[in-house]
Amino acid sequence: MAEQTNQIKLNKNSFNKVGANDVDEQEKISAPSLTFLQDAIRRLKKNKAAIISLWLLVIIIMISIISIWWTPSDPNAQHVAYANLPPKIANGIPGFTGKASVGGEIVDKYAQANVPKGTYYVLGTDYLGRDLFSRLMKGVALSLLIGMLATLFDLVIGIPYGIISGWKGGRTDTIMQRIIEIISSIPNLVVVILMLLLFTPGLGSIVVAMGITGWITMARLVRAETLTLKSQEYVLAARTLGESSFKIAIKHLIPNLSSTIIIQTMFSIPTAIFFEAFLSFIGIGIPAPNASLGTLLSDGQKTFRFLPYQMWYPAAAISIIMIAFNLLADGLRDAFDPKASE
Amino acid sequence: MGKYILKRVGYMVLTMFIIATATFFLMKLMPGSPYANQAKMTTEQINIMNHQYGLDKPAYQQYWIYLVGLLHGDFGTSFQFNNQPVSYLIASRIGPSMQIGVQAIILGTLLGILLGAIAAIRKNTWVDTVATFFAIIGRSIPNFVFAVLLQFFLAFKLRIFPIALWEGFSSSILPTIALAMAPLATTARFMRTEMVDVLNSDYIELARAKGNTPWQTVAKHALRNSLIPVVTIIGPMAVDLMVGSMVVENIFSIPGIGDQFVKSITTNDYPTIMGLTLLYSFMLVVVILIVDILYGLIDPRIRLSGSEGSN
Amino acid sequence: MEKILDVKNLKINFSTFAGQVQAIRDVSFHLNKGETLAIVGESGSGKSVTVRSIMALLANNAHIDGGEIDFKGQDILKMSPREIEKIRGNDISMIFQDPMTSLDPTMPIGKQVAEPLLIHGSMNHANAMARAEEVLKLVGIDNAKNRMKDYPHQFSGGQRQRIVIAIAIVNYPEILLADEPTTALDVTIQAQIIDLMKDLQHKIGTSIIFITHDLGVVAGIADRVAVMYAGKIIEYGTVDEIFYDPKHPYTWGLLNSMPTLDTSSKRLYAIPGTPPNLLDPPAGDAFAPRNPYTMEIDHEAMPPFFKVTDTHYAATWLLHPDAPQVDPPLAIKKRQAEYRELLASGQIGSHKAKEVDQNA
Repeated sequence: MAEQTNQIKLNKNSFNKVGANDVDEQEKISAPSLTFLQDAIRRLKKNKAAIISLWLLVIIIMISIISIWWTPSDPNAQHVAYANLPPKIANGIPGFTGKASVGGEIVDKYAQANVPKGTYYVLGTDYLGRDLFSRLMKGVALSLLIGMLATLFDLVIGIPYGIISGWKGGRTDTIMQRIIEIISSIPNLVVVILMLLLFTPGLGSIVVAMGITGWITMARLVRAETLTLKSQEYVLAARTLGESSFKIAIKHLIPNLSSTIIIQTMFSIPTAIFFEAFLSFIGIGIPAPNASLGTLLSDGQKTFRFLPYQMWYPAAAISIIMIAFNLLADGLRDAFDPKASE
Repeated sequence: MGKYILKRVGYMVLTMFIIATATFFLMKLMPGSPYANQAKMTTEQINIMNHQYGLDKPAYQQYWIYLVGLLHGDFGTSFQFNNQPVSYLIASRIGPSMQIGVQAIILGTLLGILLGAIAAIRKNTWVDTVATFFAIIGRSIPNFVFAVLLQFFLAFKLRIFPIALWEGFSSSILPTIALAMAPLATTARFMRTEMVDVLNSDYIELARAKGNTPWQTVAKHALRNSLIPVVTIIGPMAVDLMVGSMVVENIFSIPGIGDQFVKSITTNDYPTIMGLTLLYSFMLVVVILIVDILYGLIDPRIRLSGSEGSN
Repeated sequence: MEKILDVKNLKINFSTFAGQVQAIRDVSFHLNKGETLAIVGESGSGKSVTVRSIMALLANNAHIDGGEIDFKGQDILKMSPREIEKIRGNDISMIFQDPMTSLDPTMPIGKQVAEPLLIHGSMNHANAMARAEEVLKLVGIDNAKNRMKDYPHQFSGGQRQRIVIAIAIVNYPEILLADEPTTALDVTIQAQIIDLMKDLQHKIGTSIIFITHDLGVVAGIADRVAVMYAGKIIEYGTVDEIFYDPKHPYTWGLLNSMPTLDTSSKRLYAIPGTPPNLLDPPAGDAFAPRNPYTMEIDHEAMPPFFKVTDTHYAATWLLHPDAPQVDPPLAIKKRQAEYRELLASGQIGSHKAKEVDQNA
């Protein structure tokens, strides 16, 4: 192989000694270092489905906020004369013409009901002539509110419970875990239903009923994470230095638990929305005349075979909200815990 | 193992006792009258009825009678539904619920395992994307929405299946599919995560180095190792099924216990609600126990360490 | 000497988010029948990738950009997956690094050891189990007969590595690839495993490629040594040549950083700096930035292999006839002096060099 040398042009300086490069220069880190949070956000941004879901949810939440002050018409106002009108918009694109097939014949329902020209119900009306679009706006807002309030319960009970149980350990932990075991061996739905029978139905009682069982998953996750963190060197160091347990929890545990908590929150909200819809669907949820996704679905289901549009839109709305929350939660989990996805 | 099971059964009995007690006293606090037409009844009639149902006795005596009855399989008498014993009501209705429940869990877990395994093997390809998408859909769309959609398209529009009656196997197909969606999605998602983990492990590389083909590797090593943890999610899935069965039975008019539960709620039929609550809890506790024991049996690491390994 | 494996100009790249990582940059070496070749280098030098390519067990994002791996007159790189599967665990097998994770936790070890026999259809189930038991005995599992049905978690780390070795040798392979088989073990167990491998090589007459970053282990087992740095082999020779008369400054650094009984200074020597980024490897000698003996030419052109003896080659411009004489580190000079003494006294000699490299 020595012949190869001939192919390389050598000059008299070639064999001058230059020595090794400066070590410090070699060892400087070339890429900027990212904090854990920055890194997670960077990974989240790469997840298109999660980002689209995030924007979708932002839009839905904004519309819900608007619905507090404004809806196209009063969501609870009844116009029995205008009952069960199909969707119609000004230009009358297919599906929104205001016409329906009755006994095989296409009939303009709006003309039949003598609706004045220029009055449109974008998503139609229900059996009491209430504007379904307004009701859907209000319904989504109420469902989101329930989802968030119920999740707040999770945070307020679940996090301290999990931290105390995991941090104290020993007998405290055993007793606290037994309690969780017993509560979780009753199907949470049964607990919720029993609670709802006890309280008068309404927003508050639904939230409380769901809160009573909902915090368990959060408490379990937080406890497991606390147990892991407790044995970490830096927490051990803080304890050795004589920091109080409370200070350690605030300074070391909460930041480290944050990703677990955020992800679990994102999974809890859609679960709560589902539960509300379920309870309203079987008739013990939000009482009439208020609209929630569950009551809209329940009303729509009764006439679904003949007036399917009354079910379509709330069904689409709940599905989109649930999918968006789940995709976002998945994205967050992958971003915060890259191990879980790879 | 025997000692472990005994201990677990002990906890189970304790749990059931606490649940029974809690349910009983909650029912005592319930508002609303048990008698549908109380407004029309005279005080005397109400007293007679109360005496008949034992409602005139002090609460602690009622509680005692109730507990003793439970031990004999007596859940009391329904206030509604022709005053049948609750145990009879449950017995006559548990069959259909069990049938669609078992069908749904078999269908859901088998398809879920298949979907999850394929997604993991073909990770980051279109197959994975499609499988993940289905899992998300299955997890996100509430089962009652799904049930209504199935009913509308397959039964009402296409008339492939009966709309809502309970006659033979064909009428159980749509409710089974509607109920199977949640377990399918859960299993697929869990299976994919487990399988991806296993496929990245050193022993899979060693299996390949032995000369196994990719499919042999999956069949002999990857599948078993990923399936063991899947057993642990049967418990949560059973809960989903119980919840789901309430609406699905209602939508498809299936004479099962889920449908009964919903009806009893709307009629304040406390003895039936109590009986069914206990039944649901009992089934759940038993499922969790069986899952724990099963897990110990199929995982050699736990089986052979002997003591309590699972929690 | 019969070559059993001949790797020629192997080039392997990895696609990553940051770009193409040139993990293996033109590597050539061969393995003789019955010998043990040690490939030495620090983490990331490409030694693991090299042996995994022989088994075609590379990660999905790796692609081979050139070269040949000739085994029994056939190029492994051109084989179909089916053909490779016939070779794996049969003609060529591999011992993995971590015994704690290399065994299937849910399968009895007897079955795991017998598996290669059953896959390659060399014998029926009963015979395969009998052979598995025999091999488990051979690798030193006590009471092998009764332990066939036990699961991996019932064995210690050292025992598990013995089982991993049993799996690798159960089919009496012609080539055994050992990827740092002792790294995860205690020092005392390490020695036992090395002895076991030497013993087995003697018994079943297999050739071994032994990958390690631990030069101490090399001395005990290897016939020849190849030193890898930044995806290239930079020096190779018989174990005595590499240990006593190394020529490449990187090999000097490696040997210098190895503690010996007469290491007088209190601090162990460490090679300064870090290996180059293989996303964009330097044009010249990859070791140049860390090399105190670097010359201008090192930054400009990659050094070719210069012949030292028939068996010893090193890729460093220092061996060029025009290059100035340099003083190797003191410890290396000591080694060289010792070597000359030993050669003179005839305790070691060129007869240990088993072959003449025709490739050079």
